[in-house]
Amino acid sequence: MGIDHLLYSTHVGWMDSKAGTDTDVVISSRVRLARNIDPVPFPHLLDEQSGKEVVAMVRKACAESGYEPLQALQAVTFDQLSELDRLILMEKHLISPQHAHFSSDYRGLMVDSDGTRSIMINEEDHLRIQGLFPGFALDECNRQVQLMDDALEKHLTWAFDSQRGYLTACPTNVGTGMRASVMLHLPGMAMTAQINRIFHNIGQLGMTVRGLYGEGTEILGNLYQLSNQVTLGLSEEEICHNLSLVARQIIEQERMVRESLKTGMAYQLRDKIGRAYGILSHVGIISSNEALTLLSDLRLGVDLGLITHIQPTAINELIVAIRPAHLQKRAGQDMDAFQRDIRRAEVIREILFRK
Amino acid sequence: MNCDECKQNPATVHLTEMYNGNKSEMHLCASCAAKKGALMFDPNQFNLPNLLGGFLGGPQTVQGFANSVAPPVCKNCGVNFLDIRNTGKLGCPVCYQAFSEELESSLKRIHGNSQHTGKIPLRSGEKTRVKRQLEDLKEQLQASIVNEDYEKAAEIRDMIIDLEKKLD
Repeated sequence: MGIDHLLYSTHVGWMDSKAGTDTDVVISSRVRLARNIDPVPFPHLLDEQSGKEVVAMVRKACAESGYEPLQALQAVTFDQLSELDRLILMEKHLISPQHAHFSSDYRGLMVDSDGTRSIMINEEDHLRIQGLFPGFALDECNRQVQLMDDALEKHLTWAFDSQRGYLTACPTNVGTGMRASVMLHLPGMAMTAQINRIFHNIGQLGMTVRGLYGEGTEILGNLYQLSNQVTLGLSEEEICHNLSLVARQIIEQERMVRESLKTGMAYQLRDKIGRAYGILSHVGIISSNEALTLLSDLRLGVDLGLITHIQPTAINELIVAIRPAHLQKRAGQDMDAFQRDIRRAEVIREILFRK
Repeated sequence: MNCDECKQNPATVHLTEMYNGNKSEMHLCASCAAKKGALMFDPNQFNLPNLLGGFLGGPQTVQGFANSVAPPVCKNCGVNFLDIRNTGKLGCPVCYQAFSEELESSLKRIHGNSQHTGKIPLRSGEKTRVKRQLEDLKEQLQASIVNEDYEKAAEIRDMIIDLEKKLD
């Protein structure tokens, strides 16, 4: 099995702030394409036999694509992974929470060594081709997934209709099959209660805002996932362009708010960030919600230059490393909530103050 | 506010529809909304598949196939439209053709559009590319007729005839 290091490490490509732009506000960017093989029924109707055939077809298409990034993907099916390991992949944003539920041998993941490119196999659609990059990089994500799509299409016949576009199990994805998103850290706007005003109208632009782990998850640590909702009737470039425009406005707004907080509420801001730093440095028991809240404050301090000896990359890594599955994997044992809260406090210090 | 439809009962269902960029609003009472087949909210049934099913004219909106004897079935995968309404998922790629009519309005409701304008597969998309080219040419033809540029119009017409042959 070639994905061991992805299971044991707490670091993946999208956390690498130094490699991205606008990383003071944008944690990561993602584009995924839903693709299905014609005329095979969608995954929820597949039995084991035909599901395995899909897996084999996708693996073969990658191997024979002649496209190096596809050939570099390692494949794993979920019968080979424990539930904990599937949750690890979910916490790293490589598979969806829904996909992590399955332990069957015809559902799985193909992924490169740092999680930048991946393909979920037999999730809601036969393939979900994903590109996940640090910082604000929607165009690059789009370019990369389209290259993967083109190379795969040489060997797989996509379900496509000239009127409806790429056909998907759920009609909410039909057309381009594309979901583009950016993970935004917006402590300034949250603090000044501007978030609701902005996000209230975002639906009218064909976009939506979700929590850290996508559909149906709550907003934690001031992390907001902004993504397109409409997939039909717009081109891939238009979807990325529109989302980029909105994201760009939010980024500028967040920066303005931070600057005004820095000048107008300097003491309060320093107090908030200092408290977060103090607690995270000395805490003994901490829940993941509290940790995410304090890490958000700390990150703001780092981005504003008030704290200089902590790397943003370490904070990105902690967003994932403090989640239940990662804590247990790191400890090498099952832990109940109380044990995890203790271990979480230790892991925070290990990673924050790592030399 | 009273219902836009019957003007009698208070409006409790507020619909905002986006279609090709145009926004329209409707304020209806529960019974008029049900007649119009609008999405009805029952908090107990509020989950994602039901919500999507609702978009597909699902069980919440009643009427239609629920009463008919044999709902249409997709020949490729055997799924019928009631299944699709209940799960919010189609069974296979062929379902999109089998239930094309039923899907048309749902897609417009979800996306504000029902026509794909994005990427076309390199290998299997030749036909689609020709179709799109044809549509472009037909628009150009209209424009040159309006401009009374009949020479150009004739040229475009010939190109259209050639392309249509290619499609057959």
